[in-house]
Amino acid sequence: MDFLSYLINGLGLGSVYAIIALGYTMVYGIAKMLNFAHGDVIMVGAYVAFFAISNLGLPLLPAVLLSIAVCTVLGVVIERLAYKPLRAASSLSVLITAIGVSYFLQNAAQLLWSSSTKVFPSVISNGGISWNGLTVSWLTLITISVCVLVMICLVLFINRTKTGRAMRACSEDKGASTLMGINVNLMISITFAIGSGLAAIASVLLCAAYPSVFPTLGAMPGIKAFTAAVFGGIGSIPGAFLGGLLLGVIEIFAKAYISTQLSDAIVFAVLILVLLIKPTGLLGKRIREKV
Amino acid sequence: MLKISDLKVSYGMIEAIKGISFEVNNGEIVTLIGANGAGKTTTMHAISGLLKPRGGSITLDGTELTKLPPHRIVSMGLAQVPEGRRVFAQQTVEENLALGAYSRKDKNETASDLTEVFTLFPRLLERRKQMAGTLSGGEQQMLAMGRALMARPSILLLDEPSMGLSPLLVSEIFHIIEEINRKGTTILLVEQNAKRALAIADRAYVLETGLITLSGTGSELANDERVKKAYLGG
Repeated sequence: MDFLSYLINGLGLGSVYAIIALGYTMVYGIAKMLNFAHGDVIMVGAYVAFFAISNLGLPLLPAVLLSIAVCTVLGVVIERLAYKPLRAASSLSVLITAIGVSYFLQNAAQLLWSSSTKVFPSVISNGGISWNGLTVSWLTLITISVCVLVMICLVLFINRTKTGRAMRACSEDKGASTLMGINVNLMISITFAIGSGLAAIASVLLCAAYPSVFPTLGAMPGIKAFTAAVFGGIGSIPGAFLGGLLLGVIEIFAKAYISTQLSDAIVFAVLILVLLIKPTGLLGKRIREKV
Repeated sequence: MLKISDLKVSYGMIEAIKGISFEVNNGEIVTLIGANGAGKTTTMHAISGLLKPRGGSITLDGTELTKLPPHRIVSMGLAQVPEGRRVFAQQTVEENLALGAYSRKDKNETASDLTEVFTLFPRLLERRKQMAGTLSGGEQQMLAMGRALMARPSILLLDEPSMGLSPLLVSEIFHIIEEINRKGTTILLVEQNAKRALAIADRAYVLETGLITLSGTGSELANDERVKKAYLGG
């Protein structure tokens, strides 16, 4: 029973990583950049949800929606102000800018809301479902369901809609997409909007599990979700899903069976191993040079 | 309908197009011939808005194209089949064709244009569920042309459509270009295969290192000694 309970908890944690990883992988797929400020968008989402619940007294759902709205706008604004002017610049410049945006957001949060940790109110009731001695908390169930729902919606959107098709076209060839009449800048904005909206959802799920809000809150989940995206194959949406879930399960198993302190090291060791064997990640496509 | 005046395009400090003027009239096939690096593709990219000109003007039926955002140009009635085909390899043939019609809102007419594209290229109908990346070179060229036609352009720009194809396929592609023109689409064709291009062209221009050095009807240029010597192999 222990094994099963660890597995389910791992899937719960992994679901949060997967939702965050989707933001990294989608932005990479279309803008070919690593948005290292993505983790800090999670932090902003957490603060917005915190103030909405604690100060404005909003119920959970409106608070989540407000957080999604703020993060979506923030993501689009970051892209417009910081990344769009660098569209023709080298990827190193963009990477450094992304790190700069990350520090900017962390320090702005510290300035606005101080560095002291705020306690996120308990938003999801403590109980759960018990079955044959196995207990699964509501939070874990909700987290996994939200992740599956997000994944289904995203796959349908990307594969079945005109905008989704245009986004895939942009990720393959921006020049040819422009010739089709696709507004490439708009597609990049939509991608940042979706990724940042998902970050807001992840922030609430994360804070429901680990109820402390502080300016560097997004750093660790951000880097782990980035790892998950690379693990699954950066640029691949099913890859982010798979990578996130696996990373969560590995982390919980490592904590349970090996060592709590070494769990992060084990997670990253697994990543290195996977990349040594399959450099494109689990579901990553090999990029063939066109002749 | 398409009028280019004193067009100048630079890559950084290097001036690739040094002020060229030419026009394409309604219903014509006009070809731009020239050696590698003469600036043919640069000219095509400037017309489609992929490159911003340093000077000059490009007008389509009187509308200045250089001031439009590039993604708006296709809805003005100008589509391009780019050099190297550039189909979306990870999407199906059908999805590629749907992307060609991206800027159109008229669903019924788009559906009838799809039928027409499949009539023109029966091979695409056979392979409609296949990923574009798995098609042969000739099929990809057909897909790139079909995709551009899905925009229902009044003028179609073709950049090196015969590149890398077998002689048999080259003939087929040139027949199809004439067929598209006969159905009422104006054509601007860029080709290294000068002989073939001049044979179907109403008028032609010779581009040499960023300047137009000769112009005339297709047959005039095909019989011009200088053109024969430089582009037709004697």
